[in-house]
Amino acid sequence: MAHEFLLEIGLEEIPAHVVTPSINQLVERTTNYLNEQRITFSNIKPFSTPRRLAMLISGLADQQPDVEEEVKGPAKKIAQDADGNWTKAAQGFVRGQGASVDDITFKELKGEEYVYVNKHETGKPVAEVLVGMKDVIMAMTFPTMMKWGSYKFQYVRPIRWIVALLDDQVLPFEILDVTTGRTTQGHRFLGREVELTTPADYEEALTSQFVIVDADKRKARIRKQIEQLAADRSWTITVDEDLLEEVNNLVEWPTTFAGHFDEKYLTIPDEVLITSMRDHQRFFYVTDSKGDLLPNFVSVRNGNAEHLDNVIAGNEKVLTARLEDAMFFYQEDQKHDIDFYVNKLKDVSFHDKIGSMTEHMKRTGIIANLIGQRVGLSDTELADLQRASEIYKFDLVTGMVGEFSELQGVMGEKYALLFGEKPAVAQAIREHYMPISAEGALPQSKIGAALAIADKYDSITAFFAADMIPSGSNDPYALRRQAFGIVRILRDKQWHLPLMRMGQDFEIALSNKHAAFNPDLQANLAAGRTRIQSFMNDRVRQWFNTQDVRHDIVDAVTNAATTDVLTMLEDAVTLTSHASDNDFRDAIEALTRVARLTKDDLLAASELPVEPKLFENDTEQRLYDAVNKVDEHFAEQTPDENYHSLAALRPLIEDYFEANMVMADDDAVRTNRLNQLAQLTKLTLQLGDLKQLIVK
Amino acid sequence: MENKVDQKLSVQQIILTLQQYWAAQGCMVMQAYDTEKGAGTMSPYTFLRAIGPEPWNAAYVEPSRRPADGRYGENPNRLYQHHQFQVLMKPAPENIQDLYLNSLRELGIDPLEHDIRFVEDNWENPSMGCAGVGWEVWLDGMEITQFTYFQIVGGQEMDPVASEVTYGLERLSSYIQNVNSVFDLEWSDGVLYGDIFKEPEFEHSQYSFEESDQDMLLRHFDDFEKEAKANLAKGLVHPAYDYILKCSHTFNLLDARGAVSVTERAGYLSRIRNMARTVAKTFIDERAKRGFPLMKDDAKRQELLATWEKKQAKKAAKNAKGAK
Repeated sequence: MAHEFLLEIGLEEIPAHVVTPSINQLVERTTNYLNEQRITFSNIKPFSTPRRLAMLISGLADQQPDVEEEVKGPAKKIAQDADGNWTKAAQGFVRGQGASVDDITFKELKGEEYVYVNKHETGKPVAEVLVGMKDVIMAMTFPTMMKWGSYKFQYVRPIRWIVALLDDQVLPFEILDVTTGRTTQGHRFLGREVELTTPADYEEALTSQFVIVDADKRKARIRKQIEQLAADRSWTITVDEDLLEEVNNLVEWPTTFAGHFDEKYLTIPDEVLITSMRDHQRFFYVTDSKGDLLPNFVSVRNGNAEHLDNVIAGNEKVLTARLEDAMFFYQEDQKHDIDFYVNKLKDVSFHDKIGSMTEHMKRTGIIANLIGQRVGLSDTELADLQRASEIYKFDLVTGMVGEFSELQGVMGEKYALLFGEKPAVAQAIREHYMPISAEGALPQSKIGAALAIADKYDSITAFFAADMIPSGSNDPYALRRQAFGIVRILRDKQWHLPLMRMGQDFEIALSNKHAAFNPDLQANLAAGRTRIQSFMNDRVRQWFNTQDVRHDIVDAVTNAATTDVLTMLEDAVTLTSHASDNDFRDAIEALTRVARLTKDDLLAASELPVEPKLFENDTEQRLYDAVNKVDEHFAEQTPDENYHSLAALRPLIEDYFEANMVMADDDAVRTNRLNQLAQLTKLTLQLGDLKQLIVK
Repeated sequence: MENKVDQKLSVQQIILTLQQYWAAQGCMVMQAYDTEKGAGTMSPYTFLRAIGPEPWNAAYVEPSRRPADGRYGENPNRLYQHHQFQVLMKPAPENIQDLYLNSLRELGIDPLEHDIRFVEDNWENPSMGCAGVGWEVWLDGMEITQFTYFQIVGGQEMDPVASEVTYGLERLSSYIQNVNSVFDLEWSDGVLYGDIFKEPEFEHSQYSFEESDQDMLLRHFDDFEKEAKANLAKGLVHPAYDYILKCSHTFNLLDARGAVSVTERAGYLSRIRNMARTVAKTFIDERAKRGFPLMKDDAKRQELLATWEKKQAKKAAKNAKGAK
């Protein structure tokens, strides 16, 4: 007979953003557990609300299948003494298997006889296995964990009840002071507790107690209510899916309602209104058919439609207070000018150990200028970039951004325009924060992109120099996101920018303009640079993870001699496009044979003198000439052309190794040969560390 | 049932109702602590009493000073000094959420007539070495209460865990009395909040932002710190704690005046944090020396004391070794 099992963990309110990942985790852990335990089932139906994580498992087998197993023991000569008596070794073995010496049989294995017993293990009944769900529940992990009562145990929030029902029987176990039962809790205010007879009763029983326990159904209901409101009032409501997900996990019995605010607040920028509604109050905003904001909002109550007027009035009051503040800031902020705010930034800390925002801006400006020149910005663009870099953080000290920090940059653009800055400058101010998430939008303007890269580069350099380096999940200054942002911007703008190689130029320029770091950080810069390089390479790898590129190719290009991200990306395209060529393997093998003979110290050498007069045969001269020719054109050729040039060297390399012993006895000849090969290795390293490629 | 919200409880009645209610739940009604502080959490009745194994249930009103939030009495919702109604229960009762919701019912707020939600908000006060997990409670979209299960106080892990419920009295009262400005709240019969607090708000704002004697404050911070440390060394927990509170308030005054540079800021905060950590440890030692007198479970008390004594002996042995 197939069984049904209901598990419900009753909790104090789980953070909204944790609900869905948690129920997914519970289902995954349960699936793994049942599979490990060899208990078959047909389906797991998940349920979740802010106060409960639950699952209905159906089609459960009666028990684990029995196991028949032949177990090998000691060799016969060890199991029996000369007289044929069972030794301690034999007795110990059978005891361990729950058998007796009578069960022993012998079998030959590789010419030696061994002891065997047949082990029969009866499968455990499903109830016995399901008691182990206790450990599954307790093994769950959450982004924030807490202790409660007098327990050491940590969980997302205190566990208050557990329903564990196998068919019509309570499955008994305890977690801390909570014993499993068949009683679940209804809605905090509208419902009461209710006893379940069987697992199948669950969803309906809770519906009768004002809990829609199926998260998808609850969400669909909210969506329908919003659509209904929009239709009734001829509103356009764009349902923000993230907000809907959050709201859905704040309520058990949703009732959607609409509220209103005074039209005078519509003079505040839309972004401010939307932030107040969406981020602070979890409201959906409302527009007309043209997309213009209307003085209305839509929200979802955790309850029914009774006394909805109170709820609407309260929410309107809270929103009005926020908008009144915003209006005040918007008007006050415009009473000053940009210089006033820029001047205040001197007192704003970038980081206690690093210095002020003004200093950070000055460094960013100098770096941005060098980047701008390198990527070929026009004089006008360079002038706009300069202006943007002088003011781009000014909005941080406005009243509005003080209150609505998430609007940094957005308000900067708005205010910059109001204060008469050029649109290109204003746009760069907004864009320099981009991308604000791993997949966030990128700066569109070149000025914005250059400023964004410079700002991020300086932040990364500064924090590394101050030894505040991201580790594990600890990245409080979002340096990984910023570095990943640089990778994405460089690719998007197709900019060749060997940032790490430019690092020294940056430092010289900073010193010349009296904008260098404080001496403590200055002393750490060189050490930081190597670490930043590998940190950046990890971000390039992270970028490749989102693409369909072979791992060995990723390893090859991220270990290339270049620090230019775009070149690495292009190299990967080149290697990928040739990976299935007929001669790919032979070409790579020839080139890596050369690379293996080149030690790191040679690669680091500034000069690699090669004396043709020390050549002992033709093959040396021919390879030498060919490599020189490739070298000559390497810089201006595309990676694809470079690949072809290098691959074409293969026959010459093969001839060379055929004719020569590289490690010749004569010191001069040997050095000459090693230097010659190192020259070639240096070239191939521009394309990538080809040794990483798997060509077997 | 008649709707008590319509009767518009005065601020004073709200306080009395909450005191009465929490007293009935087993809390001692304490008085506001007489040293300036930024939040009810910093009263020794919360900060110190949350630490250690002894049970503690207390409720009190705490006037809380935040100099940087002063607005000369012009902003309808921001204040130099606001009032918190603070409830600390250790160990946290299992039904603490229900107890809290019932307190709202006592104030005439029937959850069925409103929308009440527990929205995640984890609390942290790094300068006092404190962190907790919990929610802000929303009443029809307004945050009226901070609800926290303390996890760490003064750098000490909670065992058992204390629950803290902090009502923002001005917010809650504004809702109950349906006014838009705190200054329009009725404190008691015919006397408005503004009548009492508008003048001090203005004066304290002017003082904090314009008039305070920075040199004196800087000097005082150093003096208070010295005094706190001297007291800590002698195991005089409560005088030491008073001076830590004074340091904290003095720093807040300096901060409001813009007198603390960015680099100095972190330094001051870490000086306060170090003292907060030390006082937390010293408090446990002093309570242990007194035999954890508030503990009801004698077996558990003996066990904890034995552990503590063993630790002391070890420390003493180590010190003796170090001295050689």
